[in-house]
Formats: sequence, structure tokens, C-alpha cells
Amino acid sequence: MLTLLLIAFPFLGALILFFSKTSAAKTIALGITLVEFIISLGLFFLYKHNPDNCQLSFEKDWVSNLGIRFDIGIDGIGLLLCLLTTFLLPLIVLSSFKNEYEKPFNFYGLMLVMQSALLGVFTANDGFLFYVFWELALIPIYFICLLWGGEDRGRITFKFFVYTLFGSLFMLVGLIYLYNHTNVNGLKSWNIIDLYNAGHALNATQQSAVFWLIFIAFAIKMPIFPFHTWQPNTYVNAPTQGTMLLSGIMLKMGTFGVIKWLLPVVPLGVEEWGGTAIILSVIGIIYASCIAIVQKDYKRLIAYSSIAHVGLISAGMLAMNQQGIQGAVMQMLAHGVSVIGLFLIADILLRHTGTRDIDKLGGIRSMNGNFAVLFLIIVMGAVALPLTNGFVGEFLLINGVYQFSPTLALFAGLTIILGAVYMLRSYQKIMLGERTDSNVAFGALAGSDKAVLIIVCIVIVTFGVYPKPLNDIAEEGVKQLLTYIK
Amino acid sequence: MKGLLILSGLGIIAMLAEIFKFKKLLLPIVLLGIVAAYATNFMDWNKNFGISYFNNMIAFDNLALAFSGIILVTAFFWFILANDYFEEDSNTVDHFALVLFALVGALMLTSFKNMTTLFLGIEIMSIPLYVLAASKKNDVKSNEAGFKYLIMGSLASGFLLFGIALIYGASGSFDLLEIKSYITNNVASMPAFFYVGVVMLLIAMCFKVSAAPFHFWAPDVYQGSPTLITALMSTIVKTAAFVAILKLFMVSFSNISQLWSATLAVIIALSLIISNFSAAMQSNVKRMLAYSSISHAAFMLMVVLANVRSSLSVNALVFYSLAYSIGSIVAFGVLYNVSRKGNEGIEAFNGLGKRNPLLAMCMSVAMLSLAGIPVTSGFFAKYFVFTTMIGTGYKWLLILAVTTSAIGVYYYLKIIIAMYFKSSDGEEVVVVEKSQTLVIVLTTVITLVIGILPNLIGNMFEF
Repeated sequence: MLTLLLIAFPFLGALILFFSKTSAAKTIALGITLVEFIISLGLFFLYKHNPDNCQLSFEKDWVSNLGIRFDIGIDGIGLLLCLLTTFLLPLIVLSSFKNEYEKPFNFYGLMLVMQSALLGVFTANDGFLFYVFWELALIPIYFICLLWGGEDRGRITFKFFVYTLFGSLFMLVGLIYLYNHTNVNGLKSWNIIDLYNAGHALNATQQSAVFWLIFIAFAIKMPIFPFHTWQPNTYVNAPTQGTMLLSGIMLKMGTFGVIKWLLPVVPLGVEEWGGTAIILSVIGIIYASCIAIVQKDYKRLIAYSSIAHVGLISAGMLAMNQQGIQGAVMQMLAHGVSVIGLFLIADILLRHTGTRDIDKLGGIRSMNGNFAVLFLIIVMGAVALPLTNGFVGEFLLINGVYQFSPTLALFAGLTIILGAVYMLRSYQKIMLGERTDSNVAFGALAGSDKAVLIIVCIVIVTFGVYPKPLNDIAEEGVKQLLTYIK
Repeated sequence: MKGLLILSGLGIIAMLAEIFKFKKLLLPIVLLGIVAAYATNFMDWNKNFGISYFNNMIAFDNLALAFSGIILVTAFFWFILANDYFEEDSNTVDHFALVLFALVGALMLTSFKNMTTLFLGIEIMSIPLYVLAASKKNDVKSNEAGFKYLIMGSLASGFLLFGIALIYGASGSFDLLEIKSYITNNVASMPAFFYVGVVMLLIAMCFKVSAAPFHFWAPDVYQGSPTLITALMSTIVKTAAFVAILKLFMVSFSNISQLWSATLAVIIALSLIISNFSAAMQSNVKRMLAYSSISHAAFMLMVVLANVRSSLSVNALVFYSLAYSIGSIVAFGVLYNVSRKGNEGIEAFNGLGKRNPLLAMCMSVAMLSLAGIPVTSGFFAKYFVFTTMIGTGYKWLLILAVTTSAIGVYYYLKIIIAMYFKSSDGEEVVVVEKSQTLVIVLTTVITLVIGILPNLIGNMFEF
């Protein structure tokens, strides 16, 4: 029941916002997301106390004659992502306190609807339900980008929507194909375990076909090279909070999808084609890093860095071993936190100096030392320095890829060097060096921005030094998952 | 059966309205009549199963009742929407009568058991529509539409008649079930002209549902006709024609599916490609909806192609027809109100999100439903079609359908973007009559409700 509450609560909150049309939408949204975070903490402790707690799942018939059930529940990996989602949402809301949006009740309402759908994706145990939540998450973010986005938003959001929908439809076909092969006492079923069994019963050729049908949807969402072309423009054009939702959480839908809805479903297909997909991911890492190095716009730079990070995550999990998948889970959490910090910094730069162009910025450290320190910590997290939270995941990921193929691990490992190059170089240009004309007075940070940055930094350092609580859950979750694969 | 009689009676009453001067009362009478027809329909559900009339010319089994229900519900909403369309013209009553007789034809198509009733149904439905298409007498385009529709429709009827004659020549019967048993008994020794007859029927029906390559009339006719008549054509007429195809090909000719299925597969593939690519290039919304209706026709034909005579595919068609009809009523209702000044281009929707937020929201839902996005009814409609198709040998067609429906999203989104993103020249508010707003909101709600609870109608048939 608690899981149902987790999904329903933000949705109800959104309805309140839509219909009240209140101007205090910001504060209400912050309150709702904080309560939601407390709910998910409750889930966390219940789960830690007793992982098989029946309170954590909820089942009800939806379309009974087609075997579709409203079936949600918590497992280790899903729990971590729910925690991530509920933790990031208040930060995202808080980070918007300095931005004035037109019709704020709609803006925050859509955000909450999106949160509902995302949590649904992370908890669904029914293939059909998973697909519905997956698509449902797309609609609010589409409107957020369309209504509150930048200059060329019409064309860009459009490409984003069509691109991702295109992938999803193929996934739907793949899922229906699996569903058609299920057989539970003569009836068909959408239950995840039944889909796993149906997938295992297919031969290698069929599994390969299903692998590509489903993988395309996830590859577009993450995005993996060469399906990434929608991403940089969408990230840059979306309002900052939209970008945060997209990169911080929505991207994880793709990686989570691979872990829960692809690897255990068609293991033979992954064995057959996983290598190809890993090569694509590694190409993506190097390609995106190289482009990031020459970017002038800081927000665009982060967008490309995000492609590089997700490339490593996907390479690690497709290697299909304990380290790789566990690393992917840890890195998903770390990336979600640090990327929100980075996008907020891009937004702060724009608000305080009127530009995000790296070449036009410089010497901000001498004007605001606190900001420089916070920025540096987040950058360190993003380049995965030891004792930051990024390190744990990245280490495990490269370890996982190494077990799959040492050569590929060598190339994938370049991400550390290249990441350091573009991250530190941009930091250096923006914060150090000579002051430039455009930022004569940087001024102090707003309270809400400062709060978000400090929380992000605390998380980066805390879970870098002591990752055990999260790592334990991830390890258990992955072990359980691997039993389905073998 | 009573529903059919009630509608015929209403048609006659409508013609008398001018003489006896109760024009003002006509709309309430018609609405009441439709409700009554629906009620009798509803009471026959599961009851008179198999009871037939006129020597088995017509039978209202559950299948016929379900589709009649869809047609009547659509007609009910349509009449309320069309309220002021009837007021504009001097010859109101003729229009009422024509629409009602078209409905009679549609109901006959849901219930025919005999080739002659099929032909009668199609003619009774089509002839009033030829006239209605040309009902904007002073508009050249409307005249062109009526004329084109007449020529093309007559050509199709010719094919239909010829096909029926050839089939009669071979089997010696007009009766659907007798033709079926003729096929089962003589599979090896059927004359070649019987096959020709079947293919001619297929062509004629594809004309009527405007599937490519027999679709050339549709965009011009849809664009030229008055918007509400276009709505009528793309909802009620389509639904009725589909029941006819369903009955012909899934009942009578199901045993010789190897003959027509390859042809039908090509027709579907062409329809999907041509319609979606052409629709993406249109700037006139009515024309775009015309092309989109071709693509929806292709989806419904896929159910027939799958040729699984099971509850699954019948349910799929029922659901699809309802979802599509209701979604179209919203879309055309909004289009009608937005394009009152004569501009039917996509720019007429500019800034609707500000000029009338309620209307814009309903239109968004309708577009998402036609595009097949959860949790609207259009999504489940597409889902049901996919499930019927995935078990067949036509997987390539399924992939094509998926790809083209992603293109479909392109042109539906164009309208949403215009409404919320582009600003219009004048910020004038779009005023909509209360009754029309009610219909549009109600149909939008239905779209969402059956999208969330598809069980309400998703499993009507179990056999």
C-alpha cells in the first residue's frame, strides 16, 4: 500500500495545483515533494528491515481479460531509484525559486505528474503497466519543454517527442511479442516473472529480435550513440528544471529499463548483441567527450558530458556481470545528484552574468569564494575523484567492462581522462583567470541556490566516503537479478 | 430492428416539419428519437440473438447492436454539435432528413445478412451524403466535393454491384451464410469469376473506407464539404463501412483468405505510407484529418487482415471504431469552432491555449488519442490491433504500422504546438456555444475514461 501512496501522492498534489491555480505553487510543490521524500524514506527503512515485506507491493486487476494488472512493488534497484527521484525533486523545485515562471501552478503540477509517472516506471511489475508509465512520463516533460522552454523550442521538443515515441512503439511491439509467448495455465500474462520465463523460452534468433526491439527504446532514452541527436538541443533549450528532470531522472528510466526489462528477459539476445551495443556505448563515450571539450556553452557541455557518462553506465551493465550492473546502479545515483548541481550552476552563471559562454567568463572565484568551493566539489564528483560518490560507480563499471573485454575497458577508461579535461578546463576558465567585462559584479548567491548546492555537495562527499548503505542494497538487488539471468 | 424503424420514422417526420411548422422542435425530437433508438438497441442486447427479419435479410445480433450503438452515440453528439449548422441554411429540414436517412443506411450496414441489403445500405447511406457534401451551395469547393464524391462513389457502387453479381452467378445466393457454405463445399471447383467477384467487393469497400490506392477522392471531398459533414463522413460512415467489411471478409470469405489477404496487405501498406507522409505535409487541418482517417482505416483493416475470427479481433474493431469516432468528434468540433471565420489552416489554431484554454485542452487530448498515446482511448485501440496482428505472418506490416504511427505523431503534435506555442495576430477569445462546449468536454472525458478503463467496452464479445 505504501508503494501505491508513493505513486498516488504527487499525482494528487498535482491535481490540487492544477485546480487551485494558486500563486503559491512553489511553496506547495516544495512541501509535497518533501513529504514524498519522507514517504520514500519510510519505504527505505521498511525494506531494509524486511525486504520481503508484503506491504511494499500492491496488486489489482486492471484489464482482466488481457492479463493486465496494476502490479507495483519494490525491489532493491527500484528502491534506490525511487529514493533518487524523491530526493532530487525537492532540490529541483528549490532550485527554481529564483525563476519566475508564467502560470506556476501548471509548471509545478506537471512536474509532480512526471514524478508520479517516474516512480511508476521504477516500481511496475507488470509489463503493460511499465509501458503505460513509461509513456506517461513523456507527456508532462514534453509540455514543460514546450511551454517554458527557450527560443527554438517548438522544433526541438518536437524532435525529442517523436524520437522517443518512435523507440517506445518498438518496445511495445517487443513486449507484446513476449506477452504472446507467455503461458500460465493456458492464459497469457503481463507479469514480469512470466515475461522473463517467456523470454528465456525463445531461441537465440527470436531473443535477438526482441533485444533490438526493446533496446532501441532504452537506447534513445539514455541516449546512446548514434541515437543521441535529440539530446543536446533538448537539454539546452528546456527550462533549467526541465533539463534537471530529463538528465537527473528521466535518463535513468532508460538504464533502469535495461537492467530490469532487458537483461533478464533475453539473456541470449544480450550475449549475441551485447558486444555491439557496448561498442556503440564506448564510441559514444569518446565521441561525446571530445565534443564536450570544444563546447563554448556551459549547459551544452554538461549535456554532452551526460552522454559520455551514460555511455559508460550502459557499457557496464551490458557486460552482464555483478560489478558492471552494480556499478551502473551506483553511477546512476551519483550522476543524478551531480548533474543537477551542474545544471543549477549553469543556470546561476546565466542569471548572475547574463551568459553561459565559457570564453566570456572568468575570475569569478575572486568575487564569490563560497560559490567557487561548492562548484569545485561538484566538479570533483562529476570527474569521479576518489572519496566522491562518482568514484564508487565508475570504478565498478570499468571493472565490469574489463571482465568483458580488457581492450574495451581501455577505451572506456578514457572517460576518466577526457572527463577531467573538459570539466577542469571549463572550471578553470570560468572561475579562475582574469575577470572579463561581462561579469564585473557577480554578487552573492541566493539562499535557495546556496541551499541546493550545499545539499548536493554534502551528498557527494558523504556517499563518497561512506557508500555502504546504498552499495549494500545495490549489491543484493543485482545478485537477485543475476539469478534471473542465469 | 426497432432502432432502424425509429430512425426511418424520424426521417419522415423531419420532412414533414416544414409543412406543419415545427422546425424549432425538430432538434429535440431527433435527439429524443436517437435516445429511444439507442434504448431499444440496448434492450435487445444478448436477447434476440440470431433472430432475423425479412427472410434473413437483416439480423440484429450482438455485433450489429454494438456497432449500431457506436453509430447512435456518435450521431447523438453530432446532432448537438451541428445545431447551428442546421440554423444557418434555409432548407434546414432537408438536411435533417438527409442525415437521418444516411444513419438508416449505416444501421443497415451493421445488420445486413444478405448482399442485397448490403447494397441497399451502402446506397441509402451514400446518396444523402453526396447531397450534403455539396450543401454549401455558393461555395465552389463544396460543389466540387459533392460532384467528386458522387462520381467516385458511383464508380465504387458499380464495382460492388458487379462483384455481387459475379458471386451470385457462382454461388446462386445472396445470403452471406449460404455463400460461406458454398465456399466450404466447393473449395476446389469454384469458377474463376467468383474470385474476381470477391476482389471487386474488396475494391469497392476500400473505395468506401478510402484506403489507398482508392483514396484520391477523400482529401478533396473532406476539405470541400462543410466541416460538420466531414465529421459525419469520417465517423459514422467509416464505422458502418467497416462493419460491412468485417462481416463480408471475416464471415463469408474467411475460408478463402489466401485469395484476398495478400491484396489487402498491400492496400494496408500503401495506405499507411501514403496517408502518413501526405498528412505530414498538409497545412489545411481538414485535409490533414482526411489523410489521418486513411491511416486509421488502414489500422482497422489490419484487424480484418489478421483474420482471427475470435473475440479478440471483434473487440479490437469495436474499440477502435469507438475510440476513433469519439476522438474525431472532439477534433472536428474544435476545428468547426476555430475555423468559423473561414480559415481552416493550421494557423487558425495559433494561440488557442490562451484564447480558449478549455478548447485547447480538449483538442490536445483528442490529438494525443488519435496519435495513440496512453492513457487515452486511442492507445488501447492501437494496442488491441497490435495484439491481433502479432500472432500472424504479417510482422513486416506491424513494423511498418509502428514506424508510420510515429510519423503520425508529427502532424498531430503540430496542432498542439500551434495552440500553445505560436501566438496569433489578434488575441481574441474564441466563443463557443454552451451546448457545443458540453459535447466537446463530454467526448473528451469519454476518451479518457475508456482509455483508463478499457474493460468497460474492451471485452464485450466473448466467444
